[in-house]
Amino acid sequence: MRALIVDDSRAIRGIVGRIVKQLGFEISEACDGKDALIKLGEKDADLALVDWNMPEMNGLEFVQAVRADASRASMRIVMVTTESDISNVQQALEAGADEYLMKPFTKESLCEKLSLIGIEVST
Amino acid sequence: MLPVAPPSEIALDYLRRLVHSNAAIVLDGTKTYLFQARLTPIIAEEGLSDFDELVHLIDEDKTVAQRVVEAMTTNETSFFRDIQPFEALRKVILPGIAEENRARKSISIWSAASSTGQELYSIAFLVKEFAARNPGWSFRLMGTDISTEVLERAQAGRYSQLEVNRGLPMSMMVKHFTKVGVDWQVKADVRQFVEFKRMNLIEPWPPMPMFDVVFLRNVLIYFDVATRKRIIDRMADHIRPGGYLFLGGVETSMSQSDRLSIVQMEKTICYRVNPQGAKHVRAIPA
Repeated sequence: MRALIVDDSRAIRGIVGRIVKQLGFEISEACDGKDALIKLGEKDADLALVDWNMPEMNGLEFVQAVRADASRASMRIVMVTTESDISNVQQALEAGADEYLMKPFTKESLCEKLSLIGIEVST
Repeated sequence: MLPVAPPSEIALDYLRRLVHSNAAIVLDGTKTYLFQARLTPIIAEEGLSDFDELVHLIDEDKTVAQRVVEAMTTNETSFFRDIQPFEALRKVILPGIAEENRARKSISIWSAASSTGQELYSIAFLVKEFAARNPGWSFRLMGTDISTEVLERAQAGRYSQLEVNRGLPMSMMVKHFTKVGVDWQVKADVRQFVEFKRMNLIEPWPPMPMFDVVFLRNVLIYFDVATRKRIIDRMADHIRPGGYLFLGGVETSMSQSDRLSIVQMEKTICYRVNPQGAKHVRAIPA
């Protein structure tokens, strides 16, 4: 399975990427929502882990763009963000994100979130 | 704070006996790290130097003994832990009870060893959904634990970001929580829907209702075989015929009783209480 890590911080992409690789995913990276859409055009992903606050196109806008594309309906999207107000979670839910994980998070909590959306991983 | 030296064998032996006599929990030599991790904070809070002084204090002060027992018996928990029993509750058990008990229109569920409450609240979230689709039903959702400290936390229903990050679907987060400072608190309508009480599974039980479902997960592993059997039999006394008992994954293979039959349900297995006098019930198809 392939995961797309979308975050404007290279360090965070590295940290998240390492965790996701340990769970058995192949990974690709994007620095913002616009870059992520380009990367998806080059290669599909089964899962996107998406930060919220990014330049060019933020995470919420990315989720909305993906969900407007019927051909990507099966792609799972997990917001991975420091935004932790109820309103943020509500917005992500309404935009079509499948799950929401607040930073900082553990590998176990990511596994549990993936399990909630039907992705079983090996730890 | 100066580091606390590991417990002596004499202190460890004393503490193991204390925990076993109060809670029937067996903590063997592989669990020394647990004594250190859980009791070092108590040693620091009491201004003691080491585990030997803790033993002396326990002899003098029974409240400290209680704190030690509670510290050693607190179970880690999380929302929708090991999701499958909750899926079985949502997809099979609740609809099944609704179908089989139209006249009674009530459901009782017990989370035994409820710890800080996430298991019972997870059950409550599912029951609330069921209640919305099935008006006119009444519910009793009860959580019990030996530790007053965790029960207070459970009653408050207030959790850290790390705790709500674990296993809680975002839809439930939005629906059932409010943000209080940096913490997340279960809304009042759900907290009022559940009750938490102190109870020690190995002591005489208070008067209890009959339950439709009991969750007793990841507790029996700490007891010896005889205690496990006694607890399972007492559980069967308090579950309605045809009612369900969920144990932890490993525990299901450890626990046998003529009064219970194992059933496969969704992607999990649980026990079903046999009708009185019967040794086995027909296994329900998944």
